[in-house]
Amino acid sequence: MKLKTYVGLEIHIELKTKSKMFCRCSADYFGSKPNTHVCPVCLGLPGALPVPNKKAIELTVMVGQALNCQINSFSKFDRKNYSYPDLPKGYQISQYDLPFCKSGKFMDVDITRAHLEEDTAKLTHINLEGKEVSLIDFNRSGVPLLEIVTEPDIKTSKQAKEFLKKLTQTIRYLGVSDCDMEKGSMRLEVNISLGEDKLPDYKVELKNLNSFRFVEKAIEYEIKRHLEIFKKGEKPIQETRGWDEKKQRSFSQRIKEEAQDYRYFPEPDIPPIRLDKKEIEQIKNSIPELPEQKKNRFIKDYGLSEYNALLLTEDMKKADFFEQAAALGDKEKVKAKKIANILINRKININKESPGEFVKDILNESKKPQIMGEDLDKIIKSVLQNNREVVEEIRKGKETAVEFLVGQVMKETRGQVSPNQVRQTLREKIESA
Amino acid sequence: MKSSKITKENIKHLADLANLKLNDEELKKFPKQLSEILDYFKSLNQLDIKKVESTAQTTGLENVTREDKPDKSLDSDQALSNAKKKHKDFFITKAVLEK
Amino acid sequence: MNINELTLIKAKEGLEKKEFSSLELVEAFLKEIKKKNPKINAFIAVCEKEAFLEAKKADELIKKGVKKPLLGIPIAFKDNFLTKGIKTTAASKVLGDYIPVYNATAVKKLKEAGAIILGKTNMDAWAHGSSGETSDFGVTKNPYGNNRVPGGSSSGSAAAVGSGMALAATGTDTGGSVRLPGSFCNVVGLKPTYGRVSRYGIIAMASSLDSIGHLTKTVSDSALLLSVTAGQDKFDATTSPSSVGDYQKNLGKDIKGLKIGIPKEYFQEGLDKGVKDKIKEAINEFKKMGVKIEEVSLPHTKYALAVYYIIQPAEVSSNLARYDGIRYGSGREMFADEAKRRIMLGTFTLSSGYWEAYYLKAMKVRTLIKKDFDKVFGKVDALLTPVSPTLPFKIREKTADPLKMYLSDIYTVTANLAGIPGISVPAGFINNLPLGLQILGPHFSEDLLFRLAYHYEQKTEFYKKRPV
Repeated sequence: MKLKTYVGLEIHIELKTKSKMFCRCSADYFGSKPNTHVCPVCLGLPGALPVPNKKAIELTVMVGQALNCQINSFSKFDRKNYSYPDLPKGYQISQYDLPFCKSGKFMDVDITRAHLEEDTAKLTHINLEGKEVSLIDFNRSGVPLLEIVTEPDIKTSKQAKEFLKKLTQTIRYLGVSDCDMEKGSMRLEVNISLGEDKLPDYKVELKNLNSFRFVEKAIEYEIKRHLEIFKKGEKPIQETRGWDEKKQRSFSQRIKEEAQDYRYFPEPDIPPIRLDKKEIEQIKNSIPELPEQKKNRFIKDYGLSEYNALLLTEDMKKADFFEQAAALGDKEKVKAKKIANILINRKININKESPGEFVKDILNESKKPQIMGEDLDKIIKSVLQNNREVVEEIRKGKETAVEFLVGQVMKETRGQVSPNQVRQTLREKIESA
Repeated sequence: MKSSKITKENIKHLADLANLKLNDEELKKFPKQLSEILDYFKSLNQLDIKKVESTAQTTGLENVTREDKPDKSLDSDQALSNAKKKHKDFFITKAVLEK
Repeated sequence: MNINELTLIKAKEGLEKKEFSSLELVEAFLKEIKKKNPKINAFIAVCEKEAFLEAKKADELIKKGVKKPLLGIPIAFKDNFLTKGIKTTAASKVLGDYIPVYNATAVKKLKEAGAIILGKTNMDAWAHGSSGETSDFGVTKNPYGNNRVPGGSSSGSAAAVGSGMALAATGTDTGGSVRLPGSFCNVVGLKPTYGRVSRYGIIAMASSLDSIGHLTKTVSDSALLLSVTAGQDKFDATTSPSSVGDYQKNLGKDIKGLKIGIPKEYFQEGLDKGVKDKIKEAINEFKKMGVKIEEVSLPHTKYALAVYYIIQPAEVSSNLARYDGIRYGSGREMFADEAKRRIMLGTFTLSSGYWEAYYLKAMKVRTLIKKDFDKVFGKVDALLTPVSPTLPFKIREKTADPLKMYLSDIYTVTANLAGIPGISVPAGFINNLPLGLQILGPHFSEDLLFRLAYHYEQKTEFYKKRPV
């Protein structure tokens, strides 16, 4: 029995808007005192009514376009009815049959849909005077939430991790969300099942995965677990499982007997949304340059290596810093390649200095008297001693690691030495030792 | 239309869905009362509505949204002012199972 | 000041002419309430202290020559209107001690216009009712016959105005809950176009059907109130951006030549003969005033009640889900019978396997009902119908059978389904029991409704007959 792995992802991303989805409470709630970012609407008080946040809709459409989705020009909100203490109205305003975005593709994975909804309150479980209770903080209630659902196209744990890395990088580039799993601005669920040629009729839902690494491990674990069950001639139970990092295994949380009945119906308090072609185009045009594009442009325009271009475009802040520095450097005839190298190898903290200061330092270095002879020797020796592991790697054949050592020497000498000379000297010392 | 009978069995499930606890008297009289009302709805079967659009709203409005500008919130005292039980700045309820 | 002769407008004039002060006005009404409310039970709460304070402030402003549409005028509020700092219960034990932290927009607007909150009126709990018998705080009695129902769900509001305990009272109309009690208590009941008045801060019953209206003694009073409450609200996405005119301006404009349609489906089996005859008399009155009368048809009328009792409980079941006792109020076990019944019914018609057969079907037939009106308003300017198939019925006459009670709404639910405005206006008495007639018009035709109602009212003067 040749079994294939079917993995689908359900990702929830908090949008980085200034106000909440249906009210004007500040959405910047992380770290605030409990129940201080609340109002009648997000508290679900009697008589309160929702008014949708325009920016949240635009960001949703923008993400959908970045994921190559079709945008529904006519869309609406629906009520998803269920009872839970973190849901103040007893229903969540979400989207059912007319989501803003559908049928996309990203990293070879089909995107079923991307829709807009509101986040729930935060529950904290504690033991109070001998009783198990849940404390509720509604600061998070009503924050705009983007839900992205993929088809079960993902076949390996590695693919899942890569997909998530690239997806979050793109979303950060769009400025739509921080995608910070620790802060909770991104949450995800994995649906996994094993079957032959077509999608099997069961699925296991993995929840409370707090990092991409856990996602990878949990998927691998589940694949093995399902295979063993199938070997016994049985079928895995349809259930929800969590990941126990200490025990390095998944565990059952809840057996799903039947699908929840959410009794969806169109949200009567919110008129539908009709986006015209022009608006949809405008939003598409507002998409900033995405990582892949930027990387290719860096290679072409600045003559960077693929590797360096990849590193510099990992996050938009670094990429912007580099470009600003390169522009300033260009005026002073400092090559972009040099700026890239220094930026990467010296691990410059871009939060602590401006591109201007950075370029100024480089210029000053090349003007300062060079360090030579014994002084240089001392520094090189100390760098070699402090980086024995790297030296080993170089000896084993990892040539590129030499650059790291060069960078360390440049850092110690504040660039007052010729990098080529340093490189040569390092190599000599490593080979001779 | 499916059989519109509400029985003592499915009324318990319905009550769960509605987050209501019905007492014995209600469990006894509701099935009959609700079934009678549902029977009254049978008249709608006379109509051919295959090609009719549904009406969710009568305003005809579209695109009513607001700018992304934050405004004042309630303070936690106001927010908690009507809660029968609270713990410091939190609302409190008995522990719940994971969703 | 003869409190029984006062209308909102007369009271306004009296204050402006300094015939009496706002404080005297408030005192007079508080006295009436003390006298009559123990029997009628129209008020759940009387805001004596607050009203005195506000009246004194109003008198100061009047002295300074400040002009506001309702300065110094006491008004009663149906107890599903959130009033900041003043207990608001929706007549249910679930909210028995709920004190809102904000004002409904309608309350805010009336206060800004100078109105004083006299008290909170009784209602069918959660606005679920057509008689005024299903309050958790006792039955409200009809001022024209204490063994009769005042109609619901704005029972207290209608009874307060009808008995002279208030000049005016706000209400909500989801399936007839302003028009029906208006008809039963000999007062003018206005259901504005859906979206004309903001629903923000009013305890929601059925979100796509709730219309925010009021009960007054006269049509002019009703027009004055609407001028204050109407308008777009940034807190309610379903309010209309269309401008608010001066609804009092054209009241006296001649109605000769206007066309009123009489929908035949509203005059069939089930309509009390006495009521039918009185409405026919009213139609004649309009004829005498030069109005053209034409028989019309609204063919899908007979399905309206079914559509309403599918859609409304569905929305109710969702709107009442927030009452879980955690953030406010008491637990859900405190819901009384009718609320539980509607929640169960609504949950059922939305549930998996039944949604298509019930809810979706109802949404589609709703389109047909709305289209009936659109078509007919292409031919006539307004429609005239009875409000209720019967006179005010006896207390407990219909409480045993929920369906029997629901049938009281047969002529009123159509306006809510289509979103159109309607006004009920006193149309006479049978055995000293009042009954009203209903005028319906296209969206945002309140102007026209007021005009037609005003002429009829001035000719017949039924509003002058006070309860014994």
